Amino acid sequence: MNTRAIQAIIRKDLKVAVQNKGVVLPMIILPLILFVVFPWIMAYAPSWTNAAGSSLSNMDELMARMPAGLLHELSGYTTDQQMIVFALVYMLAPMFLIMPLMVSSVLAADSFAGEKERKTLEALLYTPTTDRELFTAKLLGAWTTAIVVALLSFVVYGVMVNAAAWQSIGHIFFPNWMWIALVFWVTPAVAGLGLVVMVFVSVRAQGFQDAYQTGGMVVLPVLLLMVGQISGVMYFSLGVVLLVGLVIWLLDIVLLWFASKSFRRGELMTKF
Amino acid sequence: MSAPVIQISSLSRRFGEKNAVDNLTLDVQAGEIFGFLGHNGAGKTTTVRLLNGVLEPNSGQVCVLGLDPQTEGPAVRAQTGVLTETPSLDERLTARDNLSIYADLYNVPRAEVPRRVNSLLTEFELADRADEKVGGYSKGMKQRLALARALLHRPEVLFLDEPTAALDPVAARHVHALVENLARREGCTVFLCTHNLVEAQKLCDRVAVMEHGRLVALGTPSDLTRQYVKHLDVDLEVDPIQMELALQTLQEFPQLVIRPPRRDKELLSMTLAGRESIPELLFILAQKGLRVYRLAPQEANLEEVYFALNRGAQ
Repeated sequence: MNTRAIQAIIRKDLKVAVQNKGVVLPMIILPLILFVVFPWIMAYAPSWTNAAGSSLSNMDELMARMPAGLLHELSGYTTDQQMIVFALVYMLAPMFLIMPLMVSSVLAADSFAGEKERKTLEALLYTPTTDRELFTAKLLGAWTTAIVVALLSFVVYGVMVNAAAWQSIGHIFFPNWMWIALVFWVTPAVAGLGLVVMVFVSVRAQGFQDAYQTGGMVVLPVLLLMVGQISGVMYFSLGVVLLVGLVIWLLDIVLLWFASKSFRRGELMTKF
Repeated sequence: MSAPVIQISSLSRRFGEKNAVDNLTLDVQAGEIFGFLGHNGAGKTTTVRLLNGVLEPNSGQVCVLGLDPQTEGPAVRAQTGVLTETPSLDERLTARDNLSIYADLYNVPRAEVPRRVNSLLTEFELADRADEKVGGYSKGMKQRLALARALLHRPEVLFLDEPTAALDPVAARHVHALVENLARREGCTVFLCTHNLVEAQKLCDRVAVMEHGRLVALGTPSDLTRQYVKHLDVDLEVDPIQMELALQTLQEFPQLVIRPPRRDKELLSMTLAGRESIPELLFILAQKGLRVYRLAPQEANLEEVYFALNRGAQ
């Protein structure tokens, strides 16, 4: 493997991508809402509802539907604290996965379909890079960036959550082991999934926007996980997180194998 | 004589039902400027892709610099430079970034990259705007930058696909000088795809003419004109007071003068059936008492070859 060529392609793709507003804006706005604004809203929601004279009966109803394991994990907290911990630790866990998924897929859309739209792929194909180096570079750039952005988001979220809830909880309660597994085991797998799906989508897409819109469907499983969590069908325990991660990794391997088979110069030259 | 730098034997490539390249066989010698002529869709770009291992052939063999592009593509591409039909530049990057990134991709020695990038930017008159985004460049500037990129790693074989299509005459002349310099002084082999026949005539040692993926003519420009252009354009100068007599005489021999003569000031321009018509025509003019001051044959050019081949194909 020619690591210099791989680094050059990654450098090129990222330099080009950061100048696309369609790439950069979602990468700023989404984490700002989810990981900065959301913790403060949720941390102060119980006191606002109390001040407004509303009852917490909705929370009681929600808790009544929760699996026993989650109830056990929340057992040491008061009702207000339970609401905060549930929202900030468990409800947001599936939503956190949208971050690596979105970053990897938006970067991959720009790298694959965007390159097709800009007609810049041909010059790249005439360089001495092998098909494998080209494929690796294209994936690695988007994948590592997605992981780095997710890690930074995790750190910011950790600070925000503990700071926002300090008045109510009074001690550092985030992250727990489930979040550690989510960030270091599931996040890379989910970033990989967004990436590989976008490779397939890009072959048929006309350009960046087209690929991004079609590839956006990949967030649906994450939304389903979130609905499952809120409705009480399941909750993100450490075991569930490890299992979800394993399933996504296996899916990644299978999809990656198919994608690498179709990533041939001759194919790219005729399809891109 | 050394082995050809490019050897193509019975090469074919289809896209669906269409034969983009059909049973092509030809060789290109080292240091040669080889013109690959044909209209759009004749198979020129597909051939360049096949020669660089970027596209797989359906049948036939290709050898570039002693290597098979299909199995040794990276080694072939490390020694070839390609200027594609569209500049294929990253327009969100600066000219300097475009060149620096490709210097890494072509494995130019790290220590040499800044010097080589600066030198090419200066040579192609882009140094003043080297740190501006390429998106703001004119077509000509983009083409010059793409050509600079193709030369970054000092390739042994340079493939140029319509290199002067977007250039003004001054810039085109600059490119012509550069191509000649590369071939004549540095021994670089140039494979020039073009439908600019004047350019091909001026630069190329040999040319191949493609039609619907098939090779229809191959040789030096003068060989091809001799072979395909049978008629001959000539200018005749006679005593000015005998102009009318000359015109009348020429019209009496349509087997020699195949297109009616046109009067252009002191000259009569006409097309003869061939070179062999000249002695007979001079004999007739002398018999009529015409005083011939000058009979100047015009050299046939590739444009006439091209149209002769096209007429043949139709």
